Amino acid sequence: MIVTALNQALPNGRPTPLLQARDLTRVFRVGGLRSRKHLHAVDEANFVINPGEIVALVGESGSGKSTIARLLAQVYPPSSGEILFEGTPLSSLRSREDVLAYRAAVPMVFQDPFSSLNPAFTVAHGIMRGLKLHRHDIAPQDRPAEAERVLNAVGLSPASQVFGRYPYELSGGQRQRIGFAQALAYRPKVILADEPVSMLDISIRIGLLNVMTSLRDDQGVSLLYITHDIASARYVADRMMVMYAGRIVESGPVEDVLGSPLHPYTQLLVAAVPDPRAELAVTAEMAKGEPPKVIDPGPGCRFADRCPLAREVCRTTTPPLLELKPGIHTACHVAADDHGRGAESTGGAELGAKIARVAA
Amino acid sequence: MTSLLEVTDLSVEYDTSDGPVTAVDHVDLDVQKGEFVGIVGESGCGKSTLLFAIAQLLTAPARVANGQVLFRGQNMVAMNEAELAPIRWRNMSVVMQSAMNALNPVKKISAQYADAMQAHGVRSKIEIRERSEAVLDLVGIDPTHLSSYPHQLSGGMRQRAMIAMALLFTPELVIMDEPTSALDVVAQRSLMLQIKELQQQLGFAVIFVTHDMSLVSHFSDRLMVMYAGQEVEFGATRQVFDSPAHPYSQGLLDAFPSIKGERVPLQGIPGSPPSLASMPPGCRFEPRCPLRFDPCPVVQPALYDVQGVQARCLLHDPAYRDQARAGV
Repeated sequence: MIVTALNQALPNGRPTPLLQARDLTRVFRVGGLRSRKHLHAVDEANFVINPGEIVALVGESGSGKSTIARLLAQVYPPSSGEILFEGTPLSSLRSREDVLAYRAAVPMVFQDPFSSLNPAFTVAHGIMRGLKLHRHDIAPQDRPAEAERVLNAVGLSPASQVFGRYPYELSGGQRQRIGFAQALAYRPKVILADEPVSMLDISIRIGLLNVMTSLRDDQGVSLLYITHDIASARYVADRMMVMYAGRIVESGPVEDVLGSPLHPYTQLLVAAVPDPRAELAVTAEMAKGEPPKVIDPGPGCRFADRCPLAREVCRTTTPPLLELKPGIHTACHVAADDHGRGAESTGGAELGAKIARVAA
Repeated sequence: MTSLLEVTDLSVEYDTSDGPVTAVDHVDLDVQKGEFVGIVGESGCGKSTLLFAIAQLLTAPARVANGQVLFRGQNMVAMNEAELAPIRWRNMSVVMQSAMNALNPVKKISAQYADAMQAHGVRSKIEIRERSEAVLDLVGIDPTHLSSYPHQLSGGMRQRAMIAMALLFTPELVIMDEPTSALDVVAQRSLMLQIKELQQQLGFAVIFVTHDMSLVSHFSDRLMVMYAGQEVEFGATRQVFDSPAHPYSQGLLDAFPSIKGERVPLQGIPGSPPSLASMPPGCRFEPRCPLRFDPCPVVQPALYDVQGVQARCLLHDPAYRDQARAGV
C-alpha cells in the first residue's frame, strides 16, 4: 500500500493535500525526427488538490489542461518537477501493487462518452471488472450490491435498468454517468474529469454537474474538473485555476477569481462568456488574437502580446505566481505592482515565488 | 414586403427499414432581408436537417416529404440540380460545423476559393485573386494566408476562412451550422462579433443554428426553438429570453449556470428527448415537462400566438388554459 508518511495535519493546520504538483513540467518534442523543437505543454505548475473539494482547471484549447490530467493519471511522466500523492512522490511508487493502488485512487473520466466505453461489453462488465481488480475488500458475492450502490450514487436508479445494457442502448448522459460510476467503484480519492460534460446537450449537462457535486458531498471524493466552460466551473467548483499557454496564471476560490479577476487573461475569459441575462460586454478588439504556440518559449509573460496592459518587464521576465490577495495567486507583473508586490516593490520576484509556493 | 426566404409546412423524412421517421415536422420559417435568425435545440431535434432541407443538400435516405422552400420567390424543393447550381454559393451559401472537415486538407486556401469561383463562371485570374484577398481581409486574416494549407491555420482562423469563402459572392443568405462549436469562449465571442459586423456591413441575412442558446442571445433578431422535429417557440429573441412562452425554452434557459449573481442549484431538464421513431402521442415535451396537465399526453398542441411569439403549448390554448390554472 502507499505509505502515507505525512498524513497528519501540517504545522499550519492544513491537512496534507491529496495531490500536490511541484514545478510540474511536461515538454514534448515536435517536428520531424531531427527536430530540436520542444513544445512546453505545462510549465512549472504548482497546485494542490485537498480532500473533499472540486478544483476547476479552465483555459483555452491547447493551454495544457489535459496534459496536467494525463500527468496526474500517469499516462506519461513529467519532464521535470514532481507529483505527490498524500505526501508521497509518485516517482517512488515501484511495485505493481502501489501503482494499481494509485490508479484506483486517482481514476479518470473522459470527455467522449461515446468512445470511452467498450461497445462490446455491458455496463455490468466495466463496473464489475473495476471491483474485481481494485476492491479486494469486497467478496465476489457482494460485488453486485456494491455495483448497485455506485450506480445509484451517480443517479442511475433503479440500477437493474442499466446494469445488463450495452453502451449503444444508453443516452449520452447515461453513458457519462456510467463513466463516473466506474471511477467511483474503485473508491477513489480524486477523480480527474477531463471535459466530462462538453459533449452532452445543455439540458443534460446540469444533471451531470449535480452528480459531481453529490460525489463530493456524499462520497467525499475530490474532483479535478477540466473545462473551458467557466460558467459550469463556477457552478460546481470550490477553487479554480486558470491556465494560459502552459502556465497557471491565476488560482483561488471560484467566487473571488471570477468576481474580481486580477489577471488580464482571466478578465478577458470572464467577459467573453455569453450570458443572456447580461448586457453585451466585450469589444471586438479585446477578444482578438490567439494563444501563442509555446514552442521553445523565451522568458516573459506569454499573454503579453494580447495584453492591453503589457509593459517592458512583461516581455523580459516571466511573472511568478504570487499571492496578491488572501487565497488568490496571480502571475502578472501589472497586478503585482498594483498590490505592492511587483518586482520593483518587493526587491525580487523570487522571494515572492517562494512565498507563494509555501502558501500553496 | 416579401420575405427573402419562406419555408412553409416543411417536413423531412428519413426512410428506415421500419418505415419513414419524421425528422422535421411541418416547420414554418420566414427570413427577411438582412435578418439574423437563430435556431436552437438539442442534438437530434432536427435543426441541422432543417438547414440541409433549406439548402437542398439532403441526400437519401432523407427527403422532403411535404411543404416548400421559397427563396427569392422560387421554390427550391421543385428545382433540379442544374437549376440549383447557380443559386448555391452565389445567392445562398453554407458554413458547415467543422471547418476541419469542410476545407480540403491537401489544397491551399487560394485553390479552394478559386474552385468555388470558377464553378460560377469567374474566369479571370486577377479577379479571383482580388476577390479572394478581399474576403480574407473582411474576416481579418492576412491575405498571405491564401497560400497556406488549412492545417497551418488555427481553429479560429480556419473557421473564419470558411466564412470568408461563404462571402465570395456576397450572397443574400448565409446559413451557418454551429460554426463556433469547436472554438473556445474567447475565439467564439470574437467570431460572433465579426459575423454580426460583416452582416451589418454587407447586409446579408443569417440563419444560425446552435445548441447553445446563450450564444445567440445578443446577436439574433428572432429565435426559433426546436424540439423533437417541431418548432416549439419562435419570436423576437429578447422576448423569448425575457419571457419564454414554452416550458422547454424556459428549461433550456434555466439549464445555464450564470457566472454572475447568486450561485443557485439548477435542475436542467429531466429525461431525454424522445426517439424519432416513437413520438409521444400528445405534446412531445410532455414526458419531461414540469407544467404538464391533463390533456398534454393526448392532445397535440398547435402553435399559439402569445403576444407576438409563437408557442406550441396547451397552456396557451384558450380551451385548456382555464383548466391548467385550476389544476395548478
